[in-house]
Amino acid sequence: MLTYLTRRLILAVLTVWAVSVLSFVVIQLPPGDYISSYIAQMSASGSFVSAQEAEALRQQYGLDKPMYVQYLRWMNLVVRGKFGMALEWGRPVSEVIGDRLWLTMAVSIAAIILTWVLALPIGIYSAVRQYSIGDYLATLIGFIGLAVPSFMLALVLMYLGFKLFNANVGGLFSDELAQAPWGWAKTWDLIKHLPLPAAILGLAGTAQLIRIMRANLLDELRRPYVVTARARGLSEWRVILKYPVRVALNPFASTVGYLLPYVVSGSIIVSLVLGLPTVGPLLLRALVAQDMFLAGTIVLLLGVMTVVGTFLSDLLLMWIDPRIRLESRR
Amino acid sequence: MWWRFRRHKLAMVGTAVVLLFYGAVLFADFLAYADPSASEAQRSLLPPQRIHWRLDGRLQPHVYGLAGKRDPTTFKRVYTPDPSQKVPVRFFAQGFEYRLLGVIPTTRHLIGVEGARPEDTLFLLGTDEQGRDLWSRLMYGTRTSLTIGLVGVAFSLVLGVMLGGISGLYGGATDTVIQRVIEIVRSIPTIPLWMGLAAALPNDWTVMQVYFAITIIISLVGWTELARVVRGRFLALREEDFVTAAELAGSSQMRIIVHHLVPSFLSHIIAATTLAIPAMIISETSLSFLGLGLRPPAISWGVLLQQAQNIQALAISPWLLVSAVPVIIVILALNFMGDGLRDAADPYGQ
Repeated sequence: MLTYLTRRLILAVLTVWAVSVLSFVVIQLPPGDYISSYIAQMSASGSFVSAQEAEALRQQYGLDKPMYVQYLRWMNLVVRGKFGMALEWGRPVSEVIGDRLWLTMAVSIAAIILTWVLALPIGIYSAVRQYSIGDYLATLIGFIGLAVPSFMLALVLMYLGFKLFNANVGGLFSDELAQAPWGWAKTWDLIKHLPLPAAILGLAGTAQLIRIMRANLLDELRRPYVVTARARGLSEWRVILKYPVRVALNPFASTVGYLLPYVVSGSIIVSLVLGLPTVGPLLLRALVAQDMFLAGTIVLLLGVMTVVGTFLSDLLLMWIDPRIRLESRR
Repeated sequence: MWWRFRRHKLAMVGTAVVLLFYGAVLFADFLAYADPSASEAQRSLLPPQRIHWRLDGRLQPHVYGLAGKRDPTTFKRVYTPDPSQKVPVRFFAQGFEYRLLGVIPTTRHLIGVEGARPEDTLFLLGTDEQGRDLWSRLMYGTRTSLTIGLVGVAFSLVLGVMLGGISGLYGGATDTVIQRVIEIVRSIPTIPLWMGLAAALPNDWTVMQVYFAITIIISLVGWTELARVVRGRFLALREEDFVTAAELAGSSQMRIIVHHLVPSFLSHIIAATTLAIPAMIISETSLSFLGLGLRPPAISWGVLLQQAQNIQALAISPWLLVSAVPVIIVILALNFMGDGLRDAADPYGQ
């Protein structure tokens, strides 16, 4: 168990490292550096920065040093929570991002919870009543969920919401509460707004999980121990829920690792369509404005949050599935 | 394998649809009837025109002319079909000049309006904000989006087969490293990363350069699934008796791979490749939709959908959403086809 835990932890640390390098690449890729964009911004607002001053600034920020030194300096700042300035906003990056990161995570986690809540009963039903109308219906919805990219679903739902109810289905808060400080009313408002984006984001994952659940459960239902349980006179639902479902449940926890990055990815683009106050619109704006510190930080933070989430789901998996706990004892 | 595949009805339908779409890729300029980049401010956001097949009891396809008026309250231009104006539609009509399949110069198009006054127009799916014909743009967009899927998969396939093959063949430390790299790549949220990389492409690049850069960016992530499949097959087959037999008979390693291993998992690779194309198409569409992928004047499904980004545009001109339809159909068809191929490739299935 400890070996498993260490292995996952090492992998998580490695992933965080890879994410940090990639974010740094994103920051470094565009031509020019922080100072040249700073100078451009200064001259746009009327002030003048001389060549010497620029050179001094470069030295101060260490931009004349080799790449790996710059990376280490940046990492050093990041670890201390200093992400630099967001050029376009003239405020520190951490201030600009603010609540948005947590809202991104709230939407993603809500999507995954919804995925579970929907996929579990539907998957069980599909397997137990194989080839029934409900099973075919679930398969059909599953295929649609697989085929329709989440942002298109968001577009179509927006359109339908507008046409049928003349209501704007986007946003995470009611207008009057959007600027309000956090409190019970605002939290409740958020919870009320979460289901729609969560459903849009979760549909593809739900479809996938239903298919996995159905296939796994069908395999388990044909096992001899199920026949034994039935022969012993257990009620049908007990027969199904007590053992086969438990075994088939395994992929639920193990797919979170892949589901979470996928959902976080999707939330970026769905947020743009639905106008959610997550980091998605901010990231796009930063990229278009070539505000690379802001963009790189967002990529980094999203990556780190995803890795942490995945790690937590691994712990959950270990708790659910005794096979993993026992494996390392051998 | 072909016979097993034939039994799979849904997969056959999927294959037919996929072939149809790739036919549209080859004959995009024949199916289009208007120059996809010819714009006219006077005709912006025209609603789709319906083809009426009969006229006075005879088969004579035509569309109604459009009469434009300004709404007195909103000052928006509104177009209404005018049944008194009949614009005849002809098959194999003359249109703009192009090269069929890139070779034969011709001016024939599947349908079109011929010998008409300039105000007689045909907009089967309406027009966009710049007054460009959506149907013709859709045809050209299909060409871009579907080939990007293919090219992207080809890149991923090279990466995936190479790394997966090395991983499965050598095993040990090499295998562990490659497997961990795959796990790391898979646990990073891809869209933010793609956005970052795509935004860094220089603005002055040509359409072709951006096209290939985007393809490479997309396939940098897409290879992992293929690598897993290839590695899995390698590991499974390495222990098979016929491989041992070949080894004992003195075949070189290269010969074993090319003559014995590759043919036996080729079908799996084909299936996995088919299933990888939809992801590529969705990725390109998403990036272009955000304005970070292909940029105008390039035309792709994502670029077309960009105009349908906000609710105002959708409420006024819902036909801009039409590019979503081929995306969904093609992805479904490719999924069915891939599923069928996978089932057919697995001799122990069923």
